Amino acid sequence: MMKQSMFAALLALVLGAGAAFAEEDKKKEEGGYPKAYTKDYAFSFEGPFGKYDPFQLQRGLQVYTQVCAACHGLRQVAFRNLGDPGGPQMEPDQVKAFARLFEVPDDSEEAEPGDTRPGKPADKFPDVTTAGAPDLSLMAKARAGFKGPYGSGMAQLFKGMGGAEYIASILTGYTGEEKEEVGSVIYRNTAFPSGWIAMPPPLTEGMVEYLGQGEPTVEEMAVDVAAFLMWTAEPKLNQRKRTGFLVVGFLILLTTLLYLSNKQLWAKPKRKA
Amino acid sequence: MAGIPHDHYEPRTGFEKWLHERLPIVSLAYDTLMIPTPKNLNWMWIWGIVLAFALVLQIVTGVILAMHYTPEVSMAFDSVEHIMRNVNAGWAIRYVHQNGASLFFFAVYLHIFRGLYYGSYKAPREVTWIIGMLIYLVMMATAFMGYVLPWGQMSFWGATVITGLFGAVPGIGEALQTWLLGGPAVDNATLNRFFSLHYLLPFILVALVVVHIWAFHTTGNNNPTGVEVRRGSKEEVKKDTLPFWPYFVVKDLFALGVVLIGFFIVVYFQPGYLGDPINYVEADPLVTPPHIVPEWYFLPFYAILRAFTADVAIVQFTSFITGGIIDAKFFGVLAMFGAIVVMALVPWLDTSRVRSGRYRPSFKWWFWLLALDFVVLTWAGSQPPEGIVPAVSLYASAYWFAYFLVILPLLGVLEKPKPVPATIEEDFDAHYPPKDAKASAAE
Repeated sequence: MMKQSMFAALLALVLGAGAAFAEEDKKKEEGGYPKAYTKDYAFSFEGPFGKYDPFQLQRGLQVYTQVCAACHGLRQVAFRNLGDPGGPQMEPDQVKAFARLFEVPDDSEEAEPGDTRPGKPADKFPDVTTAGAPDLSLMAKARAGFKGPYGSGMAQLFKGMGGAEYIASILTGYTGEEKEEVGSVIYRNTAFPSGWIAMPPPLTEGMVEYLGQGEPTVEEMAVDVAAFLMWTAEPKLNQRKRTGFLVVGFLILLTTLLYLSNKQLWAKPKRKA
Repeated sequence: MAGIPHDHYEPRTGFEKWLHERLPIVSLAYDTLMIPTPKNLNWMWIWGIVLAFALVLQIVTGVILAMHYTPEVSMAFDSVEHIMRNVNAGWAIRYVHQNGASLFFFAVYLHIFRGLYYGSYKAPREVTWIIGMLIYLVMMATAFMGYVLPWGQMSFWGATVITGLFGAVPGIGEALQTWLLGGPAVDNATLNRFFSLHYLLPFILVALVVVHIWAFHTTGNNNPTGVEVRRGSKEEVKKDTLPFWPYFVVKDLFALGVVLIGFFIVVYFQPGYLGDPINYVEADPLVTPPHIVPEWYFLPFYAILRAFTADVAIVQFTSFITGGIIDAKFFGVLAMFGAIVVMALVPWLDTSRVRSGRYRPSFKWWFWLLALDFVVLTWAGSQPPEGIVPAVSLYASAYWFAYFLVILPLLGVLEKPKPVPATIEEDFDAHYPPKDAKASAAE
């Protein structure tokens, strides 16, 4: 009885803290700028039943290739992955043609160091380090968008890990303000932790045209490329959730049988005592 | 096993007799499996089987991961991504192993707190308790080294912070740290030896678990009343106990099923929840993360380590009387290890003649405060040491030591315990009245 009330009190404390998470992210801090915050976008892959939208991933791939690939590498992803199930689901000949768009280091015997050749499906996306920009393969898992209030983890549990939201928030978070600090220009961004990011705003309307769908807005491009980057970070997401239902379903069945067996087994000692 | 009278294995077939004369392994297995177990065990006694399962799970998934992992600084991170993307079901094996460590510690903390509440550490089970503490230490070493292997930012910097603690030992500290690391800083030598030891220690754990089981089979299990099984005769034993197989095997498997449902929900639907996202960034010795934090199961000790800063009174006092040899850094290290040492010494610190917390009304309050303290320390360890966190960490650490060093010794003397049941049978019958009592009540 006392154990129960103690646990109830603790649970109430934690859930009460959870109620505060909407406000906690927007607290003002010194300097006059509000604290960095992540917007909660609704992605198709969120929740236990979520999965990727292959067309969104293809649009995101287009945004990555036309805008981001200039500075950001994608070294963990191979071109062939674009044809894998649960991803952008490009056809094999599309994958081959896409791979040929990229120049990869030539590793054949006749090649000199520094030589390049057109890509093949087995090759990985280029590892771009020249611009000092981080690789994006795992960026959606390397950032948490929703930190639980006061370290409780409640926001992450209820709103999701938030890496993809963080990316979309960064891309849509530029206010236009910029300043110069120690010789380089930095840009005001509402999602970046310190409030000022070194990356210039990468997306502007009209820079990408989706085939048959016209020109997307900055927000649409941001959400599409964030979804794509979630796939590059977690390509097995669809399979993971599908398998999860099978595994947990099986265990529920097995545990129910064990419960009934246990009940039957203990009936004798418990009734006759 | 030793001590509790029960029916032993009798080899019947020709082959059984042949084998029994040469290696009595069937007899050993029979006696282990059929051991008379107190019939009043409650659901806090299931964690042992969860722990055994977790150990086997970690070894199986770990051995498979080791077939695809490369313990070299320029290749480790990529090899883990190779497992996640290319190895068949590699992503599943990796997530099970990663979260399996959390399952292991979740179960061990509940198992330890069960022991603390029901006095399972008290005579004659002190050796079981000490072996348990050794198991806990080896688990922590194994988990710490395992976390370094993916060579992410937190792997590298967590390793830097914790191996740095060895540098705090007066005099020999720097030499000790260099010897451990295999160089002046965390680098390839460190990674390689951590891989070797991470593979080795779990097998030492298996040996320790075997001795742990041997120890509590010798004394017999404790039970919620703290009253010992009557050993006068086999008939008396049967009144207080039931054979482990099938009663407790089936009960434990059911409980394991429930626990695994929760575990696999985490693995398949929120596999990154308990981890730090920054470990998905490859280790960079030139970039320090804003907050260096260990995995959740180390957070209470991390809080204790950080609580004793140079401005704390007892630290200043100790530094003064040791002529500066024990400074704030070393004090923190001593406090961190000391927190486990005082817990290991609890069989000798608890003076109560009553074993189980069920019959100790004052003890219950202090115990639950300790459980809350553990949660508070976990939270404090996760936060940057600003605002209220240093003060909270200090008070919470103080309570931890006070519980073992002051409260438990005093409680045994000052407390007035409630009457304890005469036998386990009496306790069991109180919960499950015999048939004739029920039948007459129904009429």
